[in-house]
Amino acid sequence: MLTKAERQRGYAGGGVVFAGITLFIALAVIALLFFDSGDTGRPLFDAYVWRILRFTLLQAGLSTLLSVALALPLALALARQPKFPGRIWIIRLMAVPMGLPVLIGALGLIGIWGRTGVLNSGLAMIGVSDPVSIYGLSGILIAHVFFNLPLACRLLLAGLERLPPEYWRLSASLGLPSFSVFRFVEWPAVKPLLAGIAGLVFMLCATSFTLVLVLGGGPAATTLEVAIYQSLRFDFDPARAISLSLLQIAVTASVLALMALLPTPGDDNAATGRSARRFDGGSSAARFWDGIFIVLAVLFLCLPLVSILVAGVKADFARLLTTPVFWKAVWTSVWIALMAAMISLAAAITIINARAALADSRKPGLTARSFSALLASLSSLVLLVPPVVIGTGWFLLLRPYGEVSRFAPLLVVMINAMTALPFVMRVLSPAFAIHRQRTARQATNLGVFGFTRLRLIDLPVLKTPLATALSFAMALSLGDLGAVALFGSEDLVTLPWLVYSRLGSYRTADADGFALILALLCLGLTIAGTAGQRDRKDERG
Amino acid sequence: MRKRIFSLAAVLTAALSFALPAHAQEKKTLTVYTYESFVAEWGPGPKVKAAFEKTCDCTVNFVAVADGVALLTRLKLEGAGTKADIALGLDTNLVKEAIDTGLFDKSGVDTAKLTVPGGYQDDIFVPYDYGHFAVVYDTQTLKNPPKSLKELVEGDPSQKIVIQDPRTSTPGLGLLLWVKSVYGDKAPEAWAQLKKRVLTVTPGWSEAYGMFTKGEVPMVLSYTTSPAYHMVEDKSDRYQAAAFSEGHYIQIEVAGLLKNTPNRELAQKFLSFMVTPAFQDEIATTNWMMPVTATDKPLPDAFDKLVKPSKTFLMDPAQVANNRRAWIDEWLAAMSLN
Amino acid sequence: MTASEPSGIRVQNVGLTLGTRKFRFDCELPGGAITAITGPSGSGKSTLLNLIAGFETPDSGKISIGGSNVTALHPSQRPVSLVFQDNNLFAHLDLATNIGLGIHPALKLTSGDRKRISEALERVGLGGYEKRMPGTLSGGERQRAAFARALVRQRPVLLLDEPFAALDPGLRQSMARLLLELHRETGNTVAIVTHDAGEVRQLADHALFIDHGEVALQAEIEVFLMRRDVPGLTEFLDL
Repeated sequence: MLTKAERQRGYAGGGVVFAGITLFIALAVIALLFFDSGDTGRPLFDAYVWRILRFTLLQAGLSTLLSVALALPLALALARQPKFPGRIWIIRLMAVPMGLPVLIGALGLIGIWGRTGVLNSGLAMIGVSDPVSIYGLSGILIAHVFFNLPLACRLLLAGLERLPPEYWRLSASLGLPSFSVFRFVEWPAVKPLLAGIAGLVFMLCATSFTLVLVLGGGPAATTLEVAIYQSLRFDFDPARAISLSLLQIAVTASVLALMALLPTPGDDNAATGRSARRFDGGSSAARFWDGIFIVLAVLFLCLPLVSILVAGVKADFARLLTTPVFWKAVWTSVWIALMAAMISLAAAITIINARAALADSRKPGLTARSFSALLASLSSLVLLVPPVVIGTGWFLLLRPYGEVSRFAPLLVVMINAMTALPFVMRVLSPAFAIHRQRTARQATNLGVFGFTRLRLIDLPVLKTPLATALSFAMALSLGDLGAVALFGSEDLVTLPWLVYSRLGSYRTADADGFALILALLCLGLTIAGTAGQRDRKDERG
Repeated sequence: MRKRIFSLAAVLTAALSFALPAHAQEKKTLTVYTYESFVAEWGPGPKVKAAFEKTCDCTVNFVAVADGVALLTRLKLEGAGTKADIALGLDTNLVKEAIDTGLFDKSGVDTAKLTVPGGYQDDIFVPYDYGHFAVVYDTQTLKNPPKSLKELVEGDPSQKIVIQDPRTSTPGLGLLLWVKSVYGDKAPEAWAQLKKRVLTVTPGWSEAYGMFTKGEVPMVLSYTTSPAYHMVEDKSDRYQAAAFSEGHYIQIEVAGLLKNTPNRELAQKFLSFMVTPAFQDEIATTNWMMPVTATDKPLPDAFDKLVKPSKTFLMDPAQVANNRRAWIDEWLAAMSLN
Repeated sequence: MTASEPSGIRVQNVGLTLGTRKFRFDCELPGGAITAITGPSGSGKSTLLNLIAGFETPDSGKISIGGSNVTALHPSQRPVSLVFQDNNLFAHLDLATNIGLGIHPALKLTSGDRKRISEALERVGLGGYEKRMPGTLSGGERQRAAFARALVRQRPVLLLDEPFAALDPGLRQSMARLLLELHRETGNTVAIVTHDAGEVRQLADHALFIDHGEVALQAEIEVFLMRRDVPGLTEFLDL
């Protein structure tokens, strides 16, 4: 349905973006592989490196197990209690950790689970002397559950919401006891999702950087990502950075390969909070246990947020807001976020258009088809090579050309744009596909092209998904510490870096204040993005 | 739409490249790389800056990294292209490695008259203060502090300590060498045992000490002089250093001049300034270390109450340079045991 | 087939508010008979069925089945079986399991139970389909399986919510015949919500016309088909 010129523009755009992204990643990897690090007289993979690998897999495995195992009963309880007070807000609450910068979440968790946090103070008061430690493995697990339990729960809940309402009426009418409901209705609905969700959570935990950096507690609790960062920033030991990076790529590649074999868990925005009428949650025992479970989960998710708020409002905002470095950081952060988001969107749109052009050609040859598949896998390629590896490679590449910190803003923008790409693609490509399906024939038939088509036909429909993608990509970039940490210097101060450095230098009150501002900024963006999406859904009924 | 977004991105790129750098360059700027606690509001940085800027028509620009070892790493990373004119905050354990980088040049400062334990002498690096590493503890939560390194290593694992990473921090490296000095070949076993007491390992001294004063942990690796800060500033005896029977490892902090500095004269002037009373006066009461030369102001009385080490350890810089990487690998291996 | 049969359904002055919609039902469904519940879309046909099945609890009034008050009973405690338009079977369970759940909700089945399942399948024309999954069946076959489950449940009341609406016209005929046969064999009380005037004529002994949340007419089928004074009914019957 496209004109020849449109198709050719599509191919060309796809080629440029594909080449750009591939080069950006490949150059970094090549730079790593061929960096002459001198003879260190050490095997490439020594005991330390293997232990890091082991710990990375161990913590990711345990985090996944805990997140999913706890998310399942929570999702079941929330699905069973459609009239639970504030249920819709609880489900919205579970979207918060997704939009919360990881560093800020870690701060909140320390406020609750730290030695002097609320929980341990409470435990000490009732005479428990051995406190829960937020550092090391237990801390990493708590934090990973904090971030991933809501994600898993939303996906599971979406699966339960997709069940036909007749199932609940049938179960009630047949008098199925709760175990039968679980066995015959709920479990079959969630079981096919579990593997995909577990894969996603495992991937997120295996590549976790900021949490491990903040809560790790030394070489015993270090993941590959953090070890790569340390081997470069702490040791300047490129040889070790290379062996760790290779392991990291091997890990992400195997996880991605496994995930490709699993069914995808579907859209996480699907958990709308709307729910079918249930007739089995009414007994007082069910209400009691579901209620306890939901309340505990809400406390677990809410308290760290409250702690951020409480600690944050104590800060001297009059002073903080007049600090030049704060405004410089806001300025830098917002520019970087906006640029990264725009590049990400532009790349995503180009890929989508290129794939449409390829699909549109009358007889797509093998080349066209494989190019289309390559374009589709581009966002996975970004996941395959973690930001810290890309950063390390570019660091080594650019070093001979002067001070790396000069290139830092550009690299951070590019890395953030890459990181956001898979998410942007996930928002945009279904929206574009549906829109094309609905309008392409008519528009072509009426001869509406170019700017008119954009203004009258494309933008009015696509502006909502575009805004969602933009705000989400911006929030992701605003909250990012990883790329900035690698290059961070006094010339490149972003808000998360400001928080992190204030934390390091005693100024916890300032850190708390900045953390609150950053959290509000990111949550505001996420809410703005998802609100638009909700409207769109309602529109469609 | 695609085109529009690309052109928009191009405009933004241009805007960003204008927005980010742009520094005013009227006065000469002396760039000093140092560690975080030096430039903290309560540290010596602000006062030293003010004092030196009075004597020169220049601006002192401190650039802080987590700690002293990270400072050397940063310089290695940046290589000859570094912006630093002066590196302030290495210690004698690192000087051999620092000299071997070829990035440093002779200071031109006469260090003969300085009083440094062990009489450290060097024509490249200027020592500006010293102190003994010590475990500082909270008397309110720790009733039986360790009396030796051996007791620290073998003590109750539920009583935690926070230490610094030897890959980034000079105290962290100091502890590594301290343990090596006392345990020799048995150091890996000692670390494997001490690991059970380590709550967390921070990249720099500031973070560790911050956690300690917030009450997250009852012990921290710091200096024998740290309690003086609390006695003078907080009027409190709550935090004390533990005297270890084996003796204490000493740290002598030094500063050096970068070979490629465009501000050589100014940098030399700053290095000379560091061993004058104007700078040394600030050391005792803001960096909370021992001055290396006479000061105008007497030391606060609190300094008399501090732990006096029975024996001082200090390794030969060449020995450290030759073995640092191997010992750090040893440490990593021991500390990554699960 | 008169109102004095034991499992007649009585809906007395039942009031219910759902959001902004108000319902007020007062009617009687004679025991052992087939009652068609008809009316325009959104009039409240399904709501009446949900009240009888127990999926909605009345704000006021009383519902009794076979003379005993069921107003406060859970759906599983009411003597009714249900067949919806769609999704009557759990898609991931085979037919034997789907039907077995009607006998024992935790699926503890004896060999006698299994035999009954096979017989019921046989009866609805699905003999040997025990291991088939619902997804492999046609829409009509799935509805037959739902009837088989109603058979093994042996409840005196069968509630059907537009059970044939999703089927082809030819298939509707044969399904309606099957329903009639089963009804004659068991003598149960049947309430069927339907849009189809033909179905009303073919199946019902008795009919209700619901409009705007109220019962506009309830009558024996002969009378029901003759009435021309109820607004909306004429259009419905002519359709």
